[in-house]
Amino acid sequence: MTERLRVHVDPDKCQGHARCKALAPELFELDEYGNAHEAGDGTVRPGLEDKAWLAKSNCPEIAIDVIEE
Amino acid sequence: MSDLSQPAAHPPVTDWVHDFDHTDPQWTDDPFPIWDKLRAASPVVHTERFLGCYMPTTYEAVREIANDTEHFSSRRIIVRDVRPEITSRNAAPPITSDPPVHKPAKQLLLPPFTPDAMKKLEPRVRAICNELIDGLIAESRIDAAERYTKHIPVRAIAHMLGIPETDSDLFINWIHMILELGIKDENVLLQAVQEMSAYFAGQIEERKRKPTDDLISYLMNVRDEEGNPLEDSHVLGSLRLLLIAGIDTTWSAIGSSLWHLAKTPADRERLIAEPGLIPTAVEELLRAYSPVTMAREVVKETTISGCPVKPGNMVLLSFPAANRDPKMFPDADKVVIDRRENRHAAFGLGIHRCVGSNLARMEMQVALEEWLKRIPDFRLDPAGTVTWSQGTVRGPRQLPFLLGKAM
Ligand code: SF4
Repeated sequence: MTERLRVHVDPDKCQGHARCKALAPELFELDEYGNAHEAGDGTVRPGLEDKAWLAKSNCPEIAIDVIEE
Repeated sequence: MSDLSQPAAHPPVTDWVHDFDHTDPQWTDDPFPIWDKLRAASPVVHTERFLGCYMPTTYEAVREIANDTEHFSSRRIIVRDVRPEITSRNAAPPITSDPPVHKPAKQLLLPPFTPDAMKKLEPRVRAICNELIDGLIAESRIDAAERYTKHIPVRAIAHMLGIPETDSDLFINWIHMILELGIKDENVLLQAVQEMSAYFAGQIEERKRKPTDDLISYLMNVRDEEGNPLEDSHVLGSLRLLLIAGIDTTWSAIGSSLWHLAKTPADRERLIAEPGLIPTAVEELLRAYSPVTMAREVVKETTISGCPVKPGNMVLLSFPAANRDPKMFPDADKVVIDRRENRHAAFGLGIHRCVGSNLARMEMQVALEEWLKRIPDFRLDPAGTVTWSQGTVRGPRQLPFLLGKAM
């Protein structure tokens, strides 16, 4: 059984600490102000699961969700 | 000139829980056991000093306050003996701004400090570090604060602002007057603010005649949502903020990191063997030795973690104490340089998240990388004394080191 993971940044909570981008550059993008959003639709490619969880557990604003589908 | 050497004395603290004082020498030297004591007593403690001041001691209480802009104002951000009238809304925007004016003021400052913008600055910082190391590497006994950590952030921010790096000593002195001596001496604070404002006003005038492509010109050229340029006083306020916030803080963070590595050979050796771990270690060093404590003013009655707080009091918003909360961080009192889960609050939480956090991180990483590459062997000089700054920013101001294997 394969589980699909997706990351999502809550734009109201994100304050642009950029920890997510530093830890998982494949999964997050920053806008011109340094605020983050998920890359594409947030799908976590196989092999990047660990980075997704790492970004979530290091976001100081608790702005990142990792959704298991 | 007022006498800089004689700040008003405070009586020594005998009851930390009900009468704490963050300028007490005991706190300055070693605040960690004090925070533990306060946290064990209550999530929010109070002192009559500084005209009445609360301090949240847990991560949760700090987070609650940082996210509550309704009951807590940023118009005053330093806990001091006096509380003069607020006469300007442009003191140091956006750090001294509350919603709704905060957001537009902050948006203007963010683009020059993104991680990508910092990548462009990195080579200059690397060069600054190496110039400093060139100047000390032949010696065996140095003060690493005086010779290395002190100069990196001030030169980096001067480079960004387009002001002469050779004026660094001037800037460092103003900041000492504002952030340390100014806690207890209004005249010293005003003098430094005036000198600094006059300096920047001159820089603004120069750029009106001859535009440049630095951060000062950037601020003079940005437009708000209505397409209007910032008032000169706003540009000045933001420049004051960038200089004040950009120097002591990162100097302190780099200094505390080197201090830790000087007395912890296992961590030092591991970082030399695994330089890829430096970014993770930097986050942990930021957590464990967070340099910056901000303040808020209570403007409306409320409760924090069940504790009532009353208007008219200040709040010592100690991100460093939050970062030592064992409920939030297992082994909070230990430095674990490969700590994976690290939601530390060293750069603040909520809307006032430090604008310069990406700059500070880059400077810390580069400063440690270059130092460890070229000076792998160093330790504290037992014949010297490490001294720490007082008040808003905590970091080593004297860092006596012995360099090299032979020592
Ligand atoms: S770590 Fe959190 S707050 Fe920082 S940019 Fe990413 S989502 Fe935003």
